[in-house]
Amino acid sequence: MASVPSEKVRMPTPVKLLIAGGFGVGKTTMVGAVSEIRPLRTEEVLTDRSVGVDDLSGVEKKTTTTVAMDFGRISVGDDYVLYLFGTPGQERFWFVWDELARGALGAVVLADTRRLSDCFPSVDYFERRGTPFVVAVNCFEGAPTYDLAEVKLALSLPPDIPVLLCDARRRASGKEVLIALMQHAYSKRPVAKV
Amino acid sequence: MNPDEQLFDEQVVRPYVISRGRTEARANLDLISLAVAIRQPTGLEVGLDPEHLAIVKMCHRPLSVAEVAAALDLPAGTVRVLLGDLLDAGFVAVQDPQPEVDVLDERMYRAVLDGLRAL
Repeated sequence: MASVPSEKVRMPTPVKLLIAGGFGVGKTTMVGAVSEIRPLRTEEVLTDRSVGVDDLSGVEKKTTTTVAMDFGRISVGDDYVLYLFGTPGQERFWFVWDELARGALGAVVLADTRRLSDCFPSVDYFERRGTPFVVAVNCFEGAPTYDLAEVKLALSLPPDIPVLLCDARRRASGKEVLIALMQHAYSKRPVAKV
Repeated sequence: MNPDEQLFDEQVVRPYVISRGRTEARANLDLISLAVAIRQPTGLEVGLDPEHLAIVKMCHRPLSVAEVAAALDLPAGTVRVLLGDLLDAGFVAVQDPQPEVDVLDERMYRAVLDGLRAL
């Protein structure tokens, strides 16, 4: 592709990370907490028609769902800019996932211990695709707390997949998760064939 | 609301009209491909629509396809077509993402990790 920037313009290289997980688990919250820009998003308010399509049990307070991509940006030094994309929460948007996952360096799968099974499709998807991922358990108030080893067991994750607790609302917490993801992705990077 | 958003708020023109019916951009731009303006239009160019001019204006610093699409409230596909025009005409330069198959770059991981730690 003929898209070489002229020498005068120094441009950072864009890098993509994904935030995935079930509906209402806090993906948009996490993107917003760590992004340097107001997260850009396209959201569609759930109408009566989606009742019965979207399972709202356990997340009664949430009234909207993200049906398109929402994303934020983190500039890291002069050379790289991270784009964080929250994946659409429902499985009927798999086609958007494929578009998003292409070229992604890694993914955070957000989990809610009240509805742990909601993150199974994301875990399966990234495992199958070979995208490096970590699981971050968002600590909702009133949600049962589990030992991380129990969560790992419940998700039947391979032992090398990092599982950590987080608070998706807090920037420092989101930062920790992204650092864990980058370290994991680094350890999983394709090794050059000699 | 910033003026750029205001300008295109009323979606009376269909996206495919803005791209003159074209749905495939010549350049295969990723959602996170960055565009930056390298030449300012004089206003006398033929074939540049207000959307083209708006993109050149907002890309005084590098912006991704996704950011341009969000700011103009246009589908990413339409923005790809418009950016392809601007690329061909030499108004913008584009930086593509780190290719997935080429994630061997140890320097990149280190720079991103250092950058995240410094936040």
